Amino acid sequence: MAEDWEYGGFGIYVHWPFCAAKCPYCDFNSHVRPSVDHAAWADALVEEIDKGFDVVGDRIVRSVFFGGGTPSLMEPDTVARILDQIAKRFRQTNQIEVTLESNPTSVEMGKFQDFRKVGVNRISMGVQALNDSDLRRLGRMHSVAEARAAFDIARSTFDRVSFDLIYARQDQTLAQWEAELTSALEMAVDHLSLYQLTIEPGTVFGTRHARGQLRGLPSEDLGADMFELTQDICEGYGMPAYEVSNHAKPDAQSQHNLVYWRYGDYLGIGPGAHGRVTTHGARFATEEERMPEAWLNGSRRIVTENLTQDVQAWEMALMGLRLREGISRQRLEELQQRPVDQGKVQHLIEIGLIESDSERIIVLKQGVMVLNAIIPELFDG
Amino acid sequence: MTPLKNIRNFSIVAHIDHGKSTLADRLIQSTQTVADRDMKEQLLDSMDIERERGITIKANTVRIDYTGADGEAYVLNLIDTPGHVDFAYEVSRSMRAVEGSLLVVDSTQGVEAQTLANVYQAIDADHEIVPVFNKIDLPASDIDRVAEQVEDVIGIDASGAIPVSAKTGEGIQETLEAIVTQLPAPEGDPDATLKAMLVDSWYDAYLGVIVLIRVMDGQLKKGQKIKFMSNGTVHHVDRIGVFRPQMEAIDVLGPGEIGFLTASIKQVRDTRVGDTITHERKEVEPLPGFKPAQPVVFCGLFPVDSAQFEDLREAIDKLALNDASFSFEMETSAALGFGFRCGFLGLLHLEVIRDRIEREYDIELITTAPSVVYHIFMKDGSMIELHNPADMPDLSTVDHLEEPRIKATILVPDEYLGDVLKLCQDRRGIQLDLTYAGSRAMAVYDLPLNEVVFDFYDRLKSVTKGYASFDYQLEGYREDNLVKMSVLVNDEPVDALSMMVHRDRAEMRGRAMCEKLKDLIPRHMFKIPIQAAIGGKVIARETLSALRKDVTAKCYGGDATRKRKLLEKQKAGKKKMRQFGKVDIPQEAFISALKMDG
Repeated sequence: MAEDWEYGGFGIYVHWPFCAAKCPYCDFNSHVRPSVDHAAWADALVEEIDKGFDVVGDRIVRSVFFGGGTPSLMEPDTVARILDQIAKRFRQTNQIEVTLESNPTSVEMGKFQDFRKVGVNRISMGVQALNDSDLRRLGRMHSVAEARAAFDIARSTFDRVSFDLIYARQDQTLAQWEAELTSALEMAVDHLSLYQLTIEPGTVFGTRHARGQLRGLPSEDLGADMFELTQDICEGYGMPAYEVSNHAKPDAQSQHNLVYWRYGDYLGIGPGAHGRVTTHGARFATEEERMPEAWLNGSRRIVTENLTQDVQAWEMALMGLRLREGISRQRLEELQQRPVDQGKVQHLIEIGLIESDSERIIVLKQGVMVLNAIIPELFDG
Repeated sequence: MTPLKNIRNFSIVAHIDHGKSTLADRLIQSTQTVADRDMKEQLLDSMDIERERGITIKANTVRIDYTGADGEAYVLNLIDTPGHVDFAYEVSRSMRAVEGSLLVVDSTQGVEAQTLANVYQAIDADHEIVPVFNKIDLPASDIDRVAEQVEDVIGIDASGAIPVSAKTGEGIQETLEAIVTQLPAPEGDPDATLKAMLVDSWYDAYLGVIVLIRVMDGQLKKGQKIKFMSNGTVHHVDRIGVFRPQMEAIDVLGPGEIGFLTASIKQVRDTRVGDTITHERKEVEPLPGFKPAQPVVFCGLFPVDSAQFEDLREAIDKLALNDASFSFEMETSAALGFGFRCGFLGLLHLEVIRDRIEREYDIELITTAPSVVYHIFMKDGSMIELHNPADMPDLSTVDHLEEPRIKATILVPDEYLGDVLKLCQDRRGIQLDLTYAGSRAMAVYDLPLNEVVFDFYDRLKSVTKGYASFDYQLEGYREDNLVKMSVLVNDEPVDALSMMVHRDRAEMRGRAMCEKLKDLIPRHMFKIPIQAAIGGKVIARETLSALRKDVTAKCYGGDATRKRKLLEKQKAGKKKMRQFGKVDIPQEAFISALKMDG
C-alpha cells in the first residue's frame, strides 16, 4: 500500500542561516556573523544528507531548495558539494528542481553563473518592493534599479525565476499597489510570491508595533481589498494564484513548495530546519537546533515528534487547503479515521466559501481570505 | 458550668473593613485564648474566600476566659457575624443568642450603611451597645466627628465610646473591661427543664453535623437524649463543647452558655436554625424561632465542559449540606445543556458559591444572568413564582406581574449625592428620605430588586469613587408593567439571555444589550443579526459584520508545526464558547451583556 507522503512526493530543504543584515519584518532563523567557515559548514551539511538518507532510504528526490537566511551568500562550491552528495545517495527525477533564494544585489549577480554550473536551475529573489523609499523602510540593502538588473541577469542565466513582493505596507494605497504589481507582472517573470506584510512578534516591526510606533498599516478592509485586487490582476496576466500568496504561469509552479502544501515528505537540513519524514510506517516531525554555532558543533536534531494520525490530518488540511486544487477528501478521512462532518461542510458550501464533492474539498476565492476560520470548522468535534 | 453573673455574650457590629475581625483577633490574643504561635490573622474566618475578600460569611464563635479588674473570672462568648447585607439573616439570628454588641466604627471613615443595618438589628434584639472607635493610630482618625455621627445617625449615646487601635493593641484592655461592666449578664434557670436555641449548624466530615447552641434554661450534658421541637426528632448527644476557637469538649453547658453539640445528625437540613431544643420527654414553651432565609437572587450554573455535569452536581450537593440558604434544582437549557438553577441570598452569596465551586471543585462555570423571583398572577386566579425568565408563561394567560422591591439606604459624601440620586432614578427608584449628617447624606430609596441585583453596587461604587456605602432590606412585592425581553442571535433565541424588564425601559435595555453582544461575539464567516424582542416584536437590532480577512500569508515546510499548534489552540478556545445554531458565543457574554454602562 502506498504511504500517505507519496501524495506530495519528496524534497530536501537546506537552510543557510546567515544574512548580511537582518530585515525588520523577518522572523526567519537568520543571523549576522562577521565571518563564516564555509568548509566546515559544507562538511556538516553533507554529513546531514547522509544521515537523512540513512533514515528515509532509497527515495526519488523531486526538488532541492536552498533557503535562509541568504543562501546566495553561500560559496558555489558549498552548493556543489551538497548537490553532489544528494546525487550520490538518492535517485532524482529528470526534471529535478533546484531553487536557491537570492538577494538582488550586485554581490549575488556575479555568482549566478557559478550557481547555474553546479546545478541550480531556479532562482527566487527577494525583491520585496519596486519603490526605493519603501525598500529602505523594509530594511533592504538594494535599490529598485539594482533589483531590475539582477532580475535581468537571473532571467538570462536560469531556466526559471521567481521573485517576492511584500504588499499592504505602511501608507501604501490600493492604487499604488496596483501600479507596482502591474510593473512587476510586465517583467518576464514566471512565478511571483506576493505576501501581505505580517507583523511578527520578536521582530523589529513587532516591537515597534507593540509600542504603537508602526503607523500607516492598512485596515482589515484595505488589506482585503488589496488581496482581491492582487488575485484579479494576476489572473489577467495569466498568473493565477495556485496558493494563497503564490502565482505562476502554467507549469511554473514551485515543485518544492508543492511538496509542503501537498503534505509530502521533506528532509530539513541546517539550523532551525523542519522536516517531515516517514519511516517504518510512522511519520515524524523533525526540527534542528536554531543557533548556527550550536548546530555546527553540537547535537543538531532537537525534535523528533511522532505524529498521530489526527495531527497528520490537521497538517495535511492546513497546508493543502491553501492550494487552489484543494485536498482529497478521501485522504483526509483516511488520515483522521472518521468522516468529515458533512453538516459543517454543507454550511461552508452554503455561505459560498468552499466547494466539495465526494472527491475533493476546495476553498473558493471568497474563502481563501478567511482560511484560518475555515480550517478549524472542518475539524470541530 | 459557669455562674450566670460571670458570663457575657456579645457580637461585634461593623461595616466591612472597619476592623471587626482584627479586633476579634486582638481580644482572643490578649486573653491568651490562643497561644501566640497558633495566632494568624482573621482567626475566625476559616474559609479561603473569607480571608481573601476580607469578609466573614459564616458566623463563628469563640469562648474567651477573662479575669476582670474586680478579680472575678469571666467567660466571654463572642459570636462573630457577617458584615455583608447578603448574610443579614445570619446576623439577625446570631444577635438573638447574645445580650450585647460592640459597635465598631472606623474613626477615619465614620458610620456606613452596613453599620446602620446591623446596629438596628442589635437594637431590635434589645442589645446593650458599647461603641468602639477603631483605627485611632491612623492620622485621619477623628473621634469627635465619629461620636457626633453615632449620636446623630444611629441615635445612641457615644459618651462611653472606647478609642481603640486593634492594630497596636491600644484600648483592648478597656474594651474587655467594658464588656464585663457595661454588658448585662444572661438570665436563666439552671434547675429548669433544658431549653436551648439552635443558633447555627454545619457539616463536618468527621463529626457529622455540628450544632451551635445557646442554652437558655437547664443543663445540657453528654449522653442526654434531646428533642428538636420543630419536627420532634430525637437525638442522642455524642459530645458537647465550646470553641476556643478550636473545639474543646466540656461536660456540661449551663444557662447563658454558648457551645456546640454533635448527635450523629447526617444533614444540615435535619436541623432548623432558630429551633428550640429540650429533653426527649419534656415540653417547654418554644422560643419564637426565625423565619428561614429565602433566596432572592436566582441564576443558572452550567459546566463549561458538559462532561462535568455530574461533578457539578456533587459539588452543589456538598455545598448545600452546609448552607441551608442556598437552593438548587436541575435545569436544562437548549443552549447550555444540563445545569442547575440556584437561589442565593444575594449577589455576594452567589459569587461566593460560584467561586467555591470553581476553586474547590475545579469546575469551570457559565453563570447566566441573575434574576429575582417574580410573582405571576394568572387569569385563573393562581400565582406562580418565576425564577427564570425563560419559563415565563404565555402572556394571554397572565393577569399581572409583581416584582420584589427593596428599601435601600445609601450613605454618601455630599459631592457625589447628585450622581447617586440620578443612578437611583435611572433604576426606577422612589425617594423615601434624604437627610444629612455633617458632610454626608443619607438617601433612602424604594427600588425594584431587579434593578439592583445585577450591577447596581458596581455602578454605585464607580460614580462615588468607592465612597458610598449601601445596604438594603426586602420590602415586599408590587405590581408593575414588566415584560420578558428575549434575545435572538442569528435568528435563534438564546434562552440564557432572556430577561424581565420594565416596558418603558425595554427598548433602551434591548439596544444596550444588542450593542454589547455585537462587541462580545467574535466575528464569524457570515454576518450575524442580533435582535432583542418582546413577544414577536423586535425592539432593537444590530448586525455583526462578517469576518473579512484572516489568512496566514506565508506557510511553508517550517511553519506546519507552529501553524497547527495555533489552530489547535484556536479550537480549544472555541470549546469554551457555546454554540447557538451556527454562532459561537463566549461565556463571558452571558454576564457582560447585561451590565449597563449608564
